[in-house]
Amino acid sequence: MEAAELLGNSGNLKRRKVINIIMLTLSVISALAAIIPLVYIFFYTAAAGISSINLDFFTELPKPVGEPGGGIANAIIGSIEIVGIGAAFGIPVGLLAGIYVAEYSKTMVANLVKFVTDVLSGIPSIIVGIFAYGVIVLQSKNFSAFAGGFALGILMIPTVTRMTEEMLKLVPLSLREASLALGIPRWKTTLRIVLRTASGGIITGILLAIARAAGETAPLLFTSFGNSFWAESLDSPTASLPVQIFNYAISPYEEWHNKAWAGAFVLITLVFVISLIVRIITKNKFHQSV
Amino acid sequence: MNEDITEIIKEPLNIDTVAAPHHVKPEKSVIAVGTKNLTVWFNERKGIEDINIDIKKDTVTAIIGPSGCGKSTFLRALNFMHDLTPGARVTGELNILGRNINDYNGVEIRKKVGMVFQKPNPFPTMSIYDNVISGLKLNGRYKKDFYDETVESSLVQAGLWSEVKDRLKVSAYNLSGGQQQRLCIARTLAVKPEIILMDEPTSALDPISTGSIENAIHDLKKKFTIIIVTHNMQQAARVSDHTAYFYLGKLIEHSKTSTVFTKPKEKLTEEYITGKFG
Repeated sequence: MEAAELLGNSGNLKRRKVINIIMLTLSVISALAAIIPLVYIFFYTAAAGISSINLDFFTELPKPVGEPGGGIANAIIGSIEIVGIGAAFGIPVGLLAGIYVAEYSKTMVANLVKFVTDVLSGIPSIIVGIFAYGVIVLQSKNFSAFAGGFALGILMIPTVTRMTEEMLKLVPLSLREASLALGIPRWKTTLRIVLRTASGGIITGILLAIARAAGETAPLLFTSFGNSFWAESLDSPTASLPVQIFNYAISPYEEWHNKAWAGAFVLITLVFVISLIVRIITKNKFHQSV
Repeated sequence: MNEDITEIIKEPLNIDTVAAPHHVKPEKSVIAVGTKNLTVWFNERKGIEDINIDIKKDTVTAIIGPSGCGKSTFLRALNFMHDLTPGARVTGELNILGRNINDYNGVEIRKKVGMVFQKPNPFPTMSIYDNVISGLKLNGRYKKDFYDETVESSLVQAGLWSEVKDRLKVSAYNLSGGQQQRLCIARTLAVKPEIILMDEPTSALDPISTGSIENAIHDLKKKFTIIIVTHNMQQAARVSDHTAYFYLGKLIEHSKTSTVFTKPKEKLTEEYITGKFG
């Protein structure tokens, strides 16, 4: 065939162009469809809750029904405490397990860890709550932020482990070889070269785990329990945003429903702000991580 | 080897027992890499078999041969890169810089025996500057002046300094492929190795980049022993003093490059060089 014919406007080319347009349109629609729920939830929550949000909402304790004002300061701080304890326990464990599985993937133990984390990520969160209840609450004989944090930490482990593993496996072997060939020991290669190269994806995994844990209600119901007042210590019942939202939402009072919406809005914003801060702090100046 | 020399010098002169004159520096005749029956196993299969070779210090040795003949396997045995391959083990004797390898571990030996790979592999999260000093920085702490000096001298030696001196802090990924490869050479030089292994360092590059790397090799052989694996026969002829021809995991011929290319002793070598196969 002549080159001119190949380049010309043959029927085949038209057909390809049409298919291209159809598929591109479908992709754009799907992309929008993925964004719409988030945007809708965000604005719907904001619209429903904004009337209850004022400075008191962030600084005051909850007030009984009928009394105007009051806030959820104890739940905000409680949530930060519980998620913080969970992160302090779940992220290091998940990170180290992920490194082990990725860098020593040929061992039996690594395969076992992989299998167990997969199973763990499929366990309903309420079961994890019951586990934390049995292991911590029953032993210490009281509800506490520790117990709630322990439950959330366990929920974070599979996400962080699998994400770390996947991201480390994306780092090409050639970078490991380059580092080792400079006389850099293997542990430093893993820590300073491989982990650093994969840091962008790993941080995404950690943020996903935190965001998911921050919104968990079920595992907190019988671990940190809830509290209408300031928690005396980390070892006593502690209020949290999801539980507070749940309590407000199932109540029969219009006023409390509004507070539930406001609480949900604060929770979404909190997760968003945490993600943003972590992104800014850990930003790689070259944007070159995998 | 340097240590051996200083030890000899430290000893009091004793005319009766010392036969060789001390002032003669044996540098040119010193063997940088020597192997006896070096064999690399991949599980039960031999990657290379009974390699006996002596490579002189401060020379360039090219390793040629068809794909799968064990060139890279041999090269990677010299800096213990097979440690990373599950099921691989190395038998036989390997002497690096006059010492049996049993005196070293992998990490130590790789500081003395640097390696440049087929595809440029700068660290993507680091600047040009940090890439050059990465080996130093991850193995110890030095003053900033020392880093500055090392970056300049290494990049000059690798023939890249004039092209990047004004943008040392930008990402190494902003460089072209050929520049990245020279950066990898500079990174290797910064650790001050004595032997540099190059595994087809120009096979992913265009002719102009290849030219600049060959120029760098030419300058480097004054200070370093270079062993270069190449598929490019002209390159072997251009850059090397000695050439070793590998075939099916065995060393067929090792001699001066001019000899190998003009009057090879072995028929196999001649067939490969004249393009009858390979």
